Amino acid sequence: MERLRVEEPAEIEIWEEFPEELDLEHPTEWALRGDRLPHIWCSGCGIGAAVNAFVAALKQAEIDITKLCVVSGIGCTGRVAGYMNCDSFHTTHGRAIPFAIGLHLANPDLKVVVFSGDGDIIAIGGNHFLHAARRNLDLTVICVNNFNYGMTGGQSGPTTHIGGRTTTTPYGNPEYAFNLPLLAAACGAVYVARWTILDLGRLRNSIAKALQKRGFSFVEIISPCPVNYGRRNQIGDALDELRYYKENTIHNPEAPLEECDLSLRGKIIVGAFVDREKPTFLDLYRQVVLSRWE
Amino acid sequence: MVATTVRKRRPAILTGEHFMLGDHACAEGALAAGCRFFAGYPITPATEVAERMAERLPEVGGLYIQMEDEIASIAAILGASWAGAKSMTSTSGPGFSLMMENLGLGIITETPTVIVNVQRAGPSTGLPTLVGQGDMMQARWGSHGPYEIIALVPWSAQECFDLTVRAFNLAEEFRTPVLVMTDAEVGHLTEKVVIPPADQIPIVNRKTPTEPPERYRVKSWDEELIPPMPKAGDGYRVFVESLTHDERGYPVMHWTAQERLVRRLIKKIQANRERILDWKERDIEGAEVVVLSYGISARVATRAIAQAQEKGIKVGSFRLITAWPFPVERVREIAGKIKGFVVPEINYGQMVLEVERAAAGQCRVLLVPCAGGRMHEPEAILEAIVAVAEGRPYDPFEAASAWLSAKPVKGRED
Repeated sequence: MERLRVEEPAEIEIWEEFPEELDLEHPTEWALRGDRLPHIWCSGCGIGAAVNAFVAALKQAEIDITKLCVVSGIGCTGRVAGYMNCDSFHTTHGRAIPFAIGLHLANPDLKVVVFSGDGDIIAIGGNHFLHAARRNLDLTVICVNNFNYGMTGGQSGPTTHIGGRTTTTPYGNPEYAFNLPLLAAACGAVYVARWTILDLGRLRNSIAKALQKRGFSFVEIISPCPVNYGRRNQIGDALDELRYYKENTIHNPEAPLEECDLSLRGKIIVGAFVDREKPTFLDLYRQVVLSRWE
Repeated sequence: MVATTVRKRRPAILTGEHFMLGDHACAEGALAAGCRFFAGYPITPATEVAERMAERLPEVGGLYIQMEDEIASIAAILGASWAGAKSMTSTSGPGFSLMMENLGLGIITETPTVIVNVQRAGPSTGLPTLVGQGDMMQARWGSHGPYEIIALVPWSAQECFDLTVRAFNLAEEFRTPVLVMTDAEVGHLTEKVVIPPADQIPIVNRKTPTEPPERYRVKSWDEELIPPMPKAGDGYRVFVESLTHDERGYPVMHWTAQERLVRRLIKKIQANRERILDWKERDIEGAEVVVLSYGISARVATRAIAQAQEKGIKVGSFRLITAWPFPVERVREIAGKIKGFVVPEINYGQMVLEVERAAAGQCRVLLVPCAGGRMHEPEAILEAIVAVAEGRPYDPFEAASAWLSAKPVKGRED
């Protein structure tokens, strides 16, 4: 498996004098609906960083933004589609993936990306996630995992760590959490990666790779939710959480996925774990179904 | 790979006379209207619609996908519609219930699509293979929040074809999901279906922006009741929003935006009621009793009407083709001239409430109920007709109980 290299930062130009008229474009401006900013996310939230990486990846992968559809469900990350200056779809809770399937299959020239949260994609929309991966539909699913339902004030979900405190697990969470890369890989995804929002360079490269991949690609982005999850679990503020990522992230794309479970205050194994080729749903549809007519 | 026989493509419109299943006629109507995307999930008694689409769509350049559930099915057809395809799904009671949330998504995002509900007896799993008409109010009010809906009710295989075509045309014209509320009996009837030549089938396509994306400006809703619908990928950078939104699709969390949006969504249907409404009436002039019904119940009622007429009772009939919107004005007008309406339906009183509302106390309105699993006995409808004609009291529950005790419960226990 190809290891991704973090690019050296370009030399920073320092002005001798501050120019009187500064007419610079923000690097994400071309892809965002500027008139919708500022966004709704709390300070310290990781979703903004995830969007930055996504926009950089769009440029890197040379995606034609007029052919790009971003589909979100409901929740904090569910708001991403609405800030993207492309064909954007803010759908119902959990149903971003099937909505995206309709877009993709009715016009396979579209580049369809589902950008949503862990509650949306894995809890209420979990069934759709399994089946979209199984069918190897040509979709990119980006899931920001902040371990709880942020929009509604921090409730537990299928990604909450064992023992994690949320408003609905006031004594700690007694449930096992899903290991998302393992789940995606088991269901048949052709590209599976996990990064934290601290890993911006790798994250950007990885999303770019996912966008270029034919078939079902999945990127999990571990993100702080300092207002809800961080605060209730003594993780501290956003910077403390980033420090925790820095000290506990292990980049190991070769790691067996069964060992990539996440735990409160435990190690976070990141990497592009799966990168394989197989025919997509439409490849098989052409091969099996359409070949039967003259 | 499986050995393949090369097949010859049949056209999308199978012009000619057919001996065809009602469910299949729905599928053929969809194809004739230009439907090229179907997402569905098997459910009795609607499965034949999906099966027919699975067989036919690939040969006409369309695509059938079987989803993991009905929620995914309706979400997928909404997505497909935004990619420019005419899309459809079909289902029955339990699946229809699952679709309710995303029916609302289709309404608030003004997405043209068609949902066929081949009604069976409920609640819950109920009698999967047997008839019901218990989803008529769910069709009207099933998704949360205030909205208007269009629902058509066929009573024959021919109308399964015709009304599915019309459902697509209405969906495209008014940018809204349209429901075809058929039932297990109509869906499973095999009878004559005439499919006209392509040039005799009226087709409506959605209005799209006339300006290129760089010059396209969203107009105010005050100028435009039904905005044009750009297609994803055409450069218009559409913003399709399930939250309360403004003309651009931008969410606005304020009651004023809610009032503007919801009022327009309702108005675009209500202001066009006259053009949407459709019904068939017979022998209304001089009638003392009018049997108002729809779907298979209206068909059963024709026997009761004939029996009553033989007895010398002046009976007219009024058959709903659009259940929603409901022809309030005409029903009200008739109510002022007759002794009463008799409303047989395979539920315990749904459309009858609308008849009562329209009649506004001007005449009697008798429900002839039936819980489902069977059609009415024509004699049960006749009994109500006679009660109205002779001014005798009539209790729908007692009448239904009498029919039940005449036929003791039997059937296999599963």
